[in-house]
Amino acid sequence: MKRRDFFAVLGGGIVVLLDDEIYAQETGGPRRGAAGAAPVEIGAWLHIGESGVVTVYTGKVEVGQNARTSLTQAVVEELHAPPSSVNIEMADTDLTPFDIGTVGSMTTPRMWPQIRRAAAAAREMLLDLAAQKWSVNRDALTVADGKVSGGGRSAGFGELTRGEKWTRTIPASVPLAEATEWKTAGKSMPKVNGLAMVTGAHKYTYDLTRPGMLHAKVLYPPQFGATLLSLDAAAAEAMPGVKVVHEGNFVAVAAPQADTAAKAVAALKAQWKPVTAEADSHSVFRYFKQTAQGGAPAGSLTPYTIAYIAHVPLEPRAALAEWEGDKVTVWTGSQRPFGVRSELAQAFGIPEEKARVIVPDTGSGYGGKHNGDAALEAARIAKAVGKPVKRNWTREEEMTWAYFRPGGLIEVAGKAAADGSITEWEFHNYNSGGSGLQSPYSIPAKKEQFHQSKSPLRQGSYRGLAATANHFVRESYMDELAQSVKLDPLEFRLKNAKDERLRGVIVAAADKFGWKARRKTAGRGFGIAAGFEKGGYVATCAEVNVDAKTGAVKVLRAVVAFECGAVVNPEHLRNQVEGAIVMGLGGALFEEIQFGEGKIVTNRLAKYRVPRFADMPVIESVLLDRKDIVSAGAGETPIVGIAPAIGNAIFDASGKRIRRLPLMA
Amino acid sequence: MARITELLVNGGRRRIDVDSDRTLLSVLRDDLDLTGSKFGCGEGQCAACTVLVDGAALKSCLTKVGAVAGKHIVTIEGLAPEGKLHPVQQAFLDADAMQCGYCTPGMILGAVALLRRTPSPTESEIASGMNGHICRCGTYPRVVRAIQSAAGKGGRA
Repeated sequence: MKRRDFFAVLGGGIVVLLDDEIYAQETGGPRRGAAGAAPVEIGAWLHIGESGVVTVYTGKVEVGQNARTSLTQAVVEELHAPPSSVNIEMADTDLTPFDIGTVGSMTTPRMWPQIRRAAAAAREMLLDLAAQKWSVNRDALTVADGKVSGGGRSAGFGELTRGEKWTRTIPASVPLAEATEWKTAGKSMPKVNGLAMVTGAHKYTYDLTRPGMLHAKVLYPPQFGATLLSLDAAAAEAMPGVKVVHEGNFVAVAAPQADTAAKAVAALKAQWKPVTAEADSHSVFRYFKQTAQGGAPAGSLTPYTIAYIAHVPLEPRAALAEWEGDKVTVWTGSQRPFGVRSELAQAFGIPEEKARVIVPDTGSGYGGKHNGDAALEAARIAKAVGKPVKRNWTREEEMTWAYFRPGGLIEVAGKAAADGSITEWEFHNYNSGGSGLQSPYSIPAKKEQFHQSKSPLRQGSYRGLAATANHFVRESYMDELAQSVKLDPLEFRLKNAKDERLRGVIVAAADKFGWKARRKTAGRGFGIAAGFEKGGYVATCAEVNVDAKTGAVKVLRAVVAFECGAVVNPEHLRNQVEGAIVMGLGGALFEEIQFGEGKIVTNRLAKYRVPRFADMPVIESVLLDRKDIVSAGAGETPIVGIAPAIGNAIFDASGKRIRRLPLMA
Repeated sequence: MARITELLVNGGRRRIDVDSDRTLLSVLRDDLDLTGSKFGCGEGQCAACTVLVDGAALKSCLTKVGAVAGKHIVTIEGLAPEGKLHPVQQAFLDADAMQCGYCTPGMILGAVALLRRTPSPTESEIASGMNGHICRCGTYPRVVRAIQSAAGKGGRA
């Protein structure tokens, strides 16, 4: 939206623009040809309209992490308006300011204070308006429950802003009230659009339609990288209403009904040139080491392996594309709407303002929806057939043609002195990534390296990134070192943890778990792990039972202590922490992408096991609310401790050290 | 091929004209615009597509529409026809038993069917009764609490 269009589009009222130069620098700012003529550094804007509705515009997306709710809290905190009068307009590249993406747990540390600043500025503008209109002293006025009152008068926000066209730009450096002063923030607010979820009213991308829309299917190659030799589309083209799109290696069909499109794609006869795959899910760890840039000498360290896993968002990738002249609008579930806009602009050779990306609240992502695969397909087919096109991926497509959390090989070595102090530490991560690579323990001599390798599979982001892999290996090996000097795992960690926030979560988790009072019985084991990532500290304890005959592992109990600074919404934080433990159980115990000959073997839910109700341990969370520390994001970090806590508990129960994820492969 | 021309959905008769071998899910979503029933896997593994047929939970992605002609189908849109939430819907809200919400309609209908079979389920009865439902956001413990709470408040209704 162009700045001069604000009031034309939104109606009268007041607008606050938040000028965030630092944020713009950090995020790279809008790309060339950005749609909005608003200043490049605008991070968010807020409008109070003549109806009294407060609307915040942010490029962040809602994928279940409850940002829509926490950002509403930010407005309510500063503007003292009822939550029902607050509307968060998210992720529409024509309406909302540029945003790098809903990634890296950045919404709470970066966007949340921005929205508070904008709301605080709007509050001051309302006071100015009332003071001026009523000719009363500003100091005599108060703002509460969506009204300004004082001097014997009272008026709603809408009444005050009626007929106004007032814009104020504020810097992002405005100081904010400390967490100890919070009124609404820091308390639990229910999910603001929960009602739409429980009634089925919310429309996800998968559910959207447009008049005249066709459903599309893409013919994917039988192997990654295979090229099309020949295509016979006669049978598909003979079906009523079916259109076939064939551009080089790209083949798709579109039809008025989804099932016709499915039949049409099945009727295509294609010949593909086979490829020889360089690695499969068994040989891949060797392959990582062979293709790595640098690394440790062979055989000198202890190897751990990390399998590729899939995000399995319950809403598969989907997009709806519609061209109007040379402009395309795409609705799609993505964590990076502006990134998808760039992809569209590049693919079709159009300026970015000719591509509009709208992200409805999405059926989750977990780092798996950073790009515009479905959006590009839908736009391409829509352009070719001249009609709006819907491209809903199937589960098999989602589990084959999306990207995966990287697999990895991690090699580790270390030494501990008799008193338990770690004296040496060497850690090499091949392929899985550098997040969480550095040990949070105080170690005098450390060598920690990430080595890029070739990946036989397409790989990308995932909740917690490589921190899950790096924490798994580090915290497992911490127990190996503790064992080498015959120290209790808790004692050993506290011996080497100097960071008081790290110690805080370790002690909190151990206390809640009853670590010191734990009773060893046959088959029962207890494990602990801790870590730091993305501004948050976590410690996790697990209790497991290992079946003596079958070796089957049942996780009975998990206790997590989490500290991410000042808590914004305790109930939603707890929900994230619990959810991270549940999701983490899958990668810890059984999730693994099996592949070979350029194909994914585990390409359906019947072949790829994810956590279910029956897998649930008792989960207890301890939230350490540090009001003296700026809030960090919480969607990712709580996931990193569960796998090593379970691995350590299995060792405790059975004496068997499992050096791979998943532990139960 | 046999045609199906009428379905009993959410207390009303809906005119359609579809092949009997279409899935119930695709007819509900594409022909009747009842998109509260979700596609999650198409293989009966996630239960996001759950609807009630004559009061029992059924995975609509595996059900041919021909098999449910003349039967009473309830989708999430029909659970609170007068705008007053069903106790299970309210319990899900109260327990914040959702994150992205994509599994929620199927979970709620699965829970309604479970409570019809087992009005006061134990935790392990809930876990086994709901084990076909997947929530990737990991809200299972909250769903269990919501179902327990609804059971105490006439969730059977």
